[in-house]
Amino acid sequence: MRPTTESGLAVRAHHLSRRFGDFTAVDSLDLDVEAGEIFGFLGANGAGKTTAIRMLCGLLAPSAGEAWVDGLPISTHGEAVKRRIGYMSQRFGLYDDLRVGENLEFYGGIYGLDSAAIKARRGELLERLDLSQALDRPTGSLPLGYKQRLALGVALLHRPPILFLDEPTGGVDPVARRAFWDLIYEVAAEGTTVFVTTHYMDEAEYCGRVSIMVAGRIQALGTPASLKAEHGARDMQDLFLKVVGT
Amino acid sequence: MLAVAAKEFLHILRDPRTLAVALVMPLAMVLLYGYAIDMELRALPIAVLDEEGGVRSRQLVEDVQSSGFIQVVERLSSREQIEPGFRHNRFLAALVIPAGHARRLGQGREAPVQVVVDGADGSTAATVGAYLEQAIALHNGRRLPGAGLKPPLRVEPRTWFNPQRVSAHFIVPGLTAVVMIMVCALLTSISIVRERETGTLEQVLTAPVQARELILGKLQPYLLIGALDTAVIFFVGRVVFQVPMNGSWLALAGYSLLYIWVALAMGLLISALVRTQQVAMMIALVVTLLPALLLSGFIFSHASMPLPLQVVGHLIPATWYLRIVRGVMLAGVNAWPREALVLAGMGVAITGLALKRFQKRLDD
Repeated sequence: MRPTTESGLAVRAHHLSRRFGDFTAVDSLDLDVEAGEIFGFLGANGAGKTTAIRMLCGLLAPSAGEAWVDGLPISTHGEAVKRRIGYMSQRFGLYDDLRVGENLEFYGGIYGLDSAAIKARRGELLERLDLSQALDRPTGSLPLGYKQRLALGVALLHRPPILFLDEPTGGVDPVARRAFWDLIYEVAAEGTTVFVTTHYMDEAEYCGRVSIMVAGRIQALGTPASLKAEHGARDMQDLFLKVVGT
Repeated sequence: MLAVAAKEFLHILRDPRTLAVALVMPLAMVLLYGYAIDMELRALPIAVLDEEGGVRSRQLVEDVQSSGFIQVVERLSSREQIEPGFRHNRFLAALVIPAGHARRLGQGREAPVQVVVDGADGSTAATVGAYLEQAIALHNGRRLPGAGLKPPLRVEPRTWFNPQRVSAHFIVPGLTAVVMIMVCALLTSISIVRERETGTLEQVLTAPVQARELILGKLQPYLLIGALDTAVIFFVGRVVFQVPMNGSWLALAGYSLLYIWVALAMGLLISALVRTQQVAMMIALVVTLLPALLLSGFIFSHASMPLPLQVVGHLIPATWYLRIVRGVMLAGVNAWPREALVLAGMGVAITGLALKRFQKRLDD
């Protein structure tokens, strides 16, 4: 994987805001994520995590503020940003009626890979994600855990330096979650920045740094250890409740 | 763009409902409408008032009946019986052969017969009147060369190229225009909005894909399906309804592709604008089916419409394609530069609008 070098920051948000009518989903977000970090983007439902990620990925236009992804401003370099990120939405976003291999082929084509490169990369990813035997299965017939691994595969297809994962492990059992996080570690070890949201506080424990968002604003930011110490919390669960509750 | 096209093609193959809409529906519609409208125009009931009662007048009545489109259901003895017959819908027209018919013919004089048509149902009236006139003209030619019952003066241009008055010959080409625009627009109308609903659009939009690639990529496989559809409809028209083909198939294929493109682009534009599949399909149906059926000149001719409707009629693609199909198939005229130019202009404009309206974001 290509590590992020420019400016050393994978993601930077400055006063990033998004309003839907009268409702402010993201309220003047300021954030720096170092290249190569596993950054846990935590918060209760409706706190604005998904809205923030969508803005960073170019799916939503900010109402105010600016953000830089891999050193590029999202307002003016949307297309270039898209080449540098992999995105996995909380709702499975691949085609259920296509086979596993066909989904990968389609995205390979979209990212401009030629067919030989797609084949090679497809084989490599499926093996790594332990999906080789699922190559010809209709995607819709896969268990959720497999689908999530496939979605990760699609996000990794073009070797992006930054990965945005929006609740990648929602709804699967602890074993599948553990396996998924092993993959995240592997990817991060190769230098990829991982920006991940989760509701599982044991997963938050795996992150290098976390932020906790409440009502569109970041209320806490730091390493899990320092945050726990700061708030006198026993574990991440306790910390989360303390931060969100205040 | 190729990746999008290939993927879209797989979607169609994997989805039996789309395939059904694409292939079975047009076929069913053409057969249904073709037969329904055809049946309606056979055996139109008329009455005969034969004041003469001779050999000549009997021949005339026989000839009128032998066309198969007109059936004499009643013999009248006086003119007073015509009106009650109309009132009770027993017959649609009356053929009056005045006394002295044979004598006048024998003297080489003009021997007028009268056709009284029930005008309550305007379009049927016109049909019956035209059929009767045609039948009498045939009778003229056959029995009385060089002499004349009064020849029909009114010639309806709509039926110029359909001398046997077989309605299917006229209906099927027009039906092609109606069915194709509806099916094609329906097919593409859900193609973007479905991705929006299922969440797959969100994933696609995080990839560096251009709106142009998405829209044009989605058009391609449907163009193929549309072409296949059109071929099937024309095949049915030719084999089942024996519609004549007096022009060039190649020219017709070219014009048809142009028309399909316009229809598909309309569907894509709708799909880019709305937020749910149901709404997309409703809009696609409303903006294609009704105008194509009512305002294209398929059923009602433009000449009989008030000016505003004529204007609207000329804004819909079916109008222009209808002229081409009828022209190529029935009249054998292959060159329709103005019509083709209008269709191409519509295609470019609507595709451009779809591109412009397609938001590469999830909001606004």
